[in-house]
Amino acid sequence: MIPHKQAMKRRQFLKGTVGAASLVALSGCDNLTQSSWFPAILNKAERLTELVQRAVTPKGALAKEYGEADISKIFPANGNTDPGTAQYADHVALNFSDWTLEVVGLVQAPRSWSLAALKELPSRTQITRHDCVEGWSAIGKWTGVPLGDLMHQVEPLPSAQYAVFHCADVDDDGIAYYESIAVADCYHPQTILAYELNGATLDVPHGAPLRLRFERQLGYKQAKYVMKIELVDSLTGIGGGKGGYWEDQGYEWYAGI
Amino acid sequence: MTLLIQSEEAVSQKADQRSMASETLSTVSTPMVSSSPVIERVYRHRLPVRISHWLNVPFLIILIMSGLQIFNAHPALYWGDRSDRDQALLSIKPVQSEGGEVKGITTILGHQFDTTGVLGYSDGMRRGFPAWATIPSAKWLAMGRQWHLFFAWLFVINGLIFTAYAFASRHVTRDLAPTGKDWRSIGKSLRDHLILRHPAGEEAKRYNVLQKLAYASILFIVAPLIVFTGLAMSPTIDTVSPWLLTILGGRQAARTIHFLACFSFVGFIIAHILQVVLTGFFNNIRSMMTGWSIVKHEAGC
Repeated sequence: MIPHKQAMKRRQFLKGTVGAASLVALSGCDNLTQSSWFPAILNKAERLTELVQRAVTPKGALAKEYGEADISKIFPANGNTDPGTAQYADHVALNFSDWTLEVVGLVQAPRSWSLAALKELPSRTQITRHDCVEGWSAIGKWTGVPLGDLMHQVEPLPSAQYAVFHCADVDDDGIAYYESIAVADCYHPQTILAYELNGATLDVPHGAPLRLRFERQLGYKQAKYVMKIELVDSLTGIGGGKGGYWEDQGYEWYAGI
Repeated sequence: MTLLIQSEEAVSQKADQRSMASETLSTVSTPMVSSSPVIERVYRHRLPVRISHWLNVPFLIILIMSGLQIFNAHPALYWGDRSDRDQALLSIKPVQSEGGEVKGITTILGHQFDTTGVLGYSDGMRRGFPAWATIPSAKWLAMGRQWHLFFAWLFVINGLIFTAYAFASRHVTRDLAPTGKDWRSIGKSLRDHLILRHPAGEEAKRYNVLQKLAYASILFIVAPLIVFTGLAMSPTIDTVSPWLLTILGGRQAARTIHFLACFSFVGFIIAHILQVVLTGFFNNIRSMMTGWSIVKHEAGC
């Protein structure tokens, strides 16, 4: 039998040890997070995830398409919900009649389309689930032009690795929004530039007049207010160099999970 | 467990008055004083099991805490594929009263609880889980994901190696799978646990039935479930294996199950540590570090 006093001491000792250990662990993790080298190691997981996911995912595997009854009553609009620039306001006033989409960079035949011309092209409608990096999901019906069709027209050069989406929105610090995906992913049948949500013309909070739907990855890849697509061989030198507005803030470029 | 009996030593304590019998204790051929408690050294945990076990300590702590960081980005849970805000099974929210006072309100299946100080509002911050429970401690989803997805890989690799070893070495069939006798003793084992009576002697050399069930279910039900529900949250993996979401009940259901499995781990860890402390802390720690455990044989048992 342990004397009561000794038991108390032991208990206090244990309590102190556990408390100290958890504090050390937490501040240790925070120190690692702040260090220059540790996040670089954590970041290696992204490459592994991409390699494995790409290896197990058939190129044309489709994201699940839902029925009309599954559509979310409210489709949350996240991130920038209005570009807020004078230029964009002019486009809104003109009902985007002057909006053009340019495709430039490492392509045989750079060209641009007016919004009306894009709507003339064969379209695809898909009811898909949007998975936000925050954890929520919403289902919406998107109509737009398959990006692969546009790619066939501009003919990317073999050196083109990434398609960079330059957008009309600018954040509070004046940083322009942009996003990028692999050129190969542009040809996926569900990768579309959408101009309609749930049968209505895309509204400003959801990315009017044109936004990317890239169904096999998370919500932050779905660039809104797309003005220009630039095909490049490297992401360095564009924005913060990580391939997108959110990527420059530490989110993974490969957003498959 | 392979029971390699390495050596025995008699303890020079005063003879136990209760027992006069001079039985041979356990499997040990003992040249010792028959009436005193006997200490037997037993090889309880083999090296791969020990390594895998200790790796899981930091892995699980980091996964749980970085997982709570991710959860905090949208502190609500749902069933099905959509997250309709008005259909949440659980939500944690800071709510400001008219007087300006902020409270943390947790709503579970329509029932509201004031969880100020822990959930919803803690240390003057509007957040789901408090800073002391998340990695990083500050609100930082991108970094929480980096931690989580990196250690998820390590956890899965460790789990796969352990599983391969556990089956190949017959650790599963020999030590973890309950026997017919085990199932029959479940009532007794339950009673023993409730009155905190711990197995001693021969009984202490192997896992009791509740222990087996706890280990087997955490290893072969909860751990795979947490991995598969984690994968099911991946929009890419969902295109490869749509059946996963069908089985789990939808993407938001998968997220909810992932969260429940996480708290099954938390519950398991608490019960596990409690049992480790109650059944001889230092002996248990030593046996998980070195493999060798000490089993006391009371005379006459």
